[in-house]
Amino acid sequence: MATQLTHLQRLESESIHILRETVAEAEKPVMMYSVGKDSAVMLHLARKAFYPAPPPFPLLHVDTTWKFRAMYDLRERSAQEAGMDLLVWQNPEAKERGINPFDHGPLHTDMWKTQGLKQALDHYGFDVAFGGARRDEEKSRAKERIFSFRTTSHGWDPKRQRPELWNLYNARKSKGESIRVFPLSNWTELDIWQYIMAEQIEIVPLYFAAPRPTFEWEGGLFMADDIDRLEQVMGHRPEITQRSVRFRTLGCFPLTGAVESEAATLAEVVQEMLLTTTSERQGRVIDQDEGGAGMEKKKQEGYF
Amino acid sequence: MAELTASPTVKSNGNTAYRPDALIAEDIEGYLAQHQDKSLLRFITCGSVDDGKSTLIGRLLYDSKMIFEDQLAALESDSKKVGTQGQDLDFALLVDGLAAEREQGITIDVAYRFFATEKRKFIVADTPGHEQYTRNMVTGASTADAAVILVDARKGVLVQTRRHSFIAKLLGIRNIVLAVNKMDLVDFDQAAFDAIVADYRTFASDIGLEDVTAIPISGFKGDNIAAAPSSETPWYSGPSLIEHLESVPIANREAQSRPFRMPVQWVNRPNLDFRGFAGLVSDGRVRPGDAVRVVPSGATSTIKSIETFDGSLDEAVAGQAVTLTLADEIDCSRGDVIAAAEAPVEAADQFEASLVWMSEDALKPGRGYWLKLGTRTVTATIQEPKYEINVNTLEHLAAKTLDLNAIGVAEVTTDRPIAFESYADSKTLGGFILIDKETNATVAAGMLNFSLRRAQNVHWQATDIARTDHAKLKNQQPRVLWFTGLSGSGKSTIANEVEKRLALMNRHTFLLDGDNVRHGLNKDLGFTEADRIENIRRVGEVAKLMTDAGLIVLTAFISPFRAERRMVRDMLPDGEFIEIFVDTPLEVAEERDVKGLYKKAREGTLKNFTGIDSPYEEPEAPEITVNTVAMTAAEAAEYILQQIMPLK
Repeated sequence: MATQLTHLQRLESESIHILRETVAEAEKPVMMYSVGKDSAVMLHLARKAFYPAPPPFPLLHVDTTWKFRAMYDLRERSAQEAGMDLLVWQNPEAKERGINPFDHGPLHTDMWKTQGLKQALDHYGFDVAFGGARRDEEKSRAKERIFSFRTTSHGWDPKRQRPELWNLYNARKSKGESIRVFPLSNWTELDIWQYIMAEQIEIVPLYFAAPRPTFEWEGGLFMADDIDRLEQVMGHRPEITQRSVRFRTLGCFPLTGAVESEAATLAEVVQEMLLTTTSERQGRVIDQDEGGAGMEKKKQEGYF
Repeated sequence: MAELTASPTVKSNGNTAYRPDALIAEDIEGYLAQHQDKSLLRFITCGSVDDGKSTLIGRLLYDSKMIFEDQLAALESDSKKVGTQGQDLDFALLVDGLAAEREQGITIDVAYRFFATEKRKFIVADTPGHEQYTRNMVTGASTADAAVILVDARKGVLVQTRRHSFIAKLLGIRNIVLAVNKMDLVDFDQAAFDAIVADYRTFASDIGLEDVTAIPISGFKGDNIAAAPSSETPWYSGPSLIEHLESVPIANREAQSRPFRMPVQWVNRPNLDFRGFAGLVSDGRVRPGDAVRVVPSGATSTIKSIETFDGSLDEAVAGQAVTLTLADEIDCSRGDVIAAAEAPVEAADQFEASLVWMSEDALKPGRGYWLKLGTRTVTATIQEPKYEINVNTLEHLAAKTLDLNAIGVAEVTTDRPIAFESYADSKTLGGFILIDKETNATVAAGMLNFSLRRAQNVHWQATDIARTDHAKLKNQQPRVLWFTGLSGSGKSTIANEVEKRLALMNRHTFLLDGDNVRHGLNKDLGFTEADRIENIRRVGEVAKLMTDAGLIVLTAFISPFRAERRMVRDMLPDGEFIEIFVDTPLEVAEERDVKGLYKKAREGTLKNFTGIDSPYEEPEAPEITVNTVAMTAAEAAEYILQQIMPLK
């Protein structure tokens, strides 16, 4: 009698297979860890893949210094529980120049994230980096391989991708070249949430609605996570109102809009996510640059 | 899916965007429980250019309410700007995401899309129709359980229809859907549909495709996509496309009924007390206590436990990622296959395989490539193809090599035995990729047909006098001094000088010269790339035998390709291959033109001449370099001796 594997079981097995193949063939792998829900799932899968050993690679957080405090809390705890080293990289040049989301616009993302990531990979000499991106997120991602080859300058050339057959991954590369590996390529947003529920994976509490100090800025609703710092860079103290809010995605707190919500449990969050009629990344400003091909262009320049 | 109608008219006001299932609002736990245990079907769509593949996928996403309002708004604006459907929505724009694709209005690369119905989740690989992207179609097909082959109702079965059907069959896809698309453009004419289906069935049975389901559809209008029959095709009594895809059996379940196999990915040793073998079960099922055999070593043991993060399991089946512990401390490492003891897999080092060539650099028969099968990577050489298949006519054509997108059959030799099964039995243990050692590009997909009997019959003859004994008798360290450089650079002259000096020092040597071996050992070979590779391979083998006999071997061959020089290096123990680059600029060599060959090459009477119409790849890290512009042959020989003598 055949055992019917569910789609979540098949996705889980595939991801574990990818994680193990990478570790077996890479010289110095690292897992990008952004503390979001996809990162949480990826880390959980890594713990499964190498159990009873801890995952044999460190976690790397490319930190913009503007993340929510709750993210920093979970970051430390997750790494500790997984028995893994946590590396935090803050672009020293961005730090020195005081790059921030208020004064510098897109330069903030470029300096802290794109350049920061490249610096970190070069600094530690990682040849393979796991990323939690999914193919359902964005159009150019749907075309990217699970093993995505990058040039010595971290560029991605969509026209020169290696064919990827069966579950055979080609991890070979020359000196200086690197590979980004996406174990969650075939997962959808709903899969991620279902898996978090089924496996009871801890995620940042900001995904759940709670009364939080908020302020309005340029038409968006934001959380005053560090009011003193906000006042410093904004030049004035924003007006704070308590509202029941949560976040659909997590990034830098001055760039990540909150949504008013009462969804306080996992089931309610998933319900809200499924009831919405707009896509997950709709509020993400960076996808919309360059007339819809923004992400493709960023990836060619080395963005994750 | 509850709200789907048979053929919703496409409107560009966005009123068919994502609309959540009623159950979500009423009972989210119930909804999730329902979604939790769905099966997952992977399929590809293929067909000729402009058969409407991207439109069909856009339609599948749209009809299963996977398009959000903001995405639909973007689609509406894009359709007006760059669409090809006039005022209507151009669904193709939902899938063609790369800038170059949007510019040219074609699909360049495989796109993976996701949608779900009440019964199943789907991952669809949208594969390009253009002939130059056949490799991408193969990529998409390799993980698919089913293939939807689109045919334009106005055009019927075309070359690409045949090509893609053949590839689907070759890749082992059993379930084929013939989707006769654009039925709206032939007034939903049943006779037109029947004629295409009859035509296709004849072809399908020729190539051994048995399970074909034909459905008349309109991707653009939505007929017979979600529900059937459409009011436009009352004469059609079969399922809609989605209904059919919901019922296609998943290959994974068949794999479970085969004997147990698991390629070892990773040996997990967190501490001295635990040694587990991690892998993805590719076939069958396994329980603690089962007797297993490790292939190729042949060692046997029994399964002690099946470990996972969530606890020990009583059983694991094909498709599950687990870690096995064995009752005995036997040798087992990455690349080995743990298999049922009573029905183990075979191991061999010579095979017949079908190959799909995926690189602009054509197959070089005789050259060493990395071959990755399961979790094992070995060096493999491919013989000149037995034949190439014309996938349009299915004819077998004579072939010297395989070019980009060519499909052929050839013999493959690996440098050591590997565990395998025929591709027809196991995709995991029969499918492989070839990787270029120089560029690291994936250059081919292969499917093993069977092992060649001689692989089992030719064994190494064990001899009592070992190569170290030969070397000891001659009181020297055997080496190969491999001179490489352009024609006329002075390789033979310098090698001759070096050999004379070695002889004076009572060293036992032999000089293999490029011209000389072509009079005997290699007189059957010409100067094509393939022949040059074979020339070097044979010389390498001879040189290796001579080092086994304890000799210091000097060779003087242009040996223009890095890959072959490395092949010879890999044949020999570490340190025994000394690459000597005789560095002479082309102008100088051509001016010397000792044998008058450059003149002939320039006149065009001599083809494939290195430096003129055939490349020379300089060594990247030769052990020794001599520059013949700065040194005489005697000085160069003296310098080489100085370099090698400390090595004894």
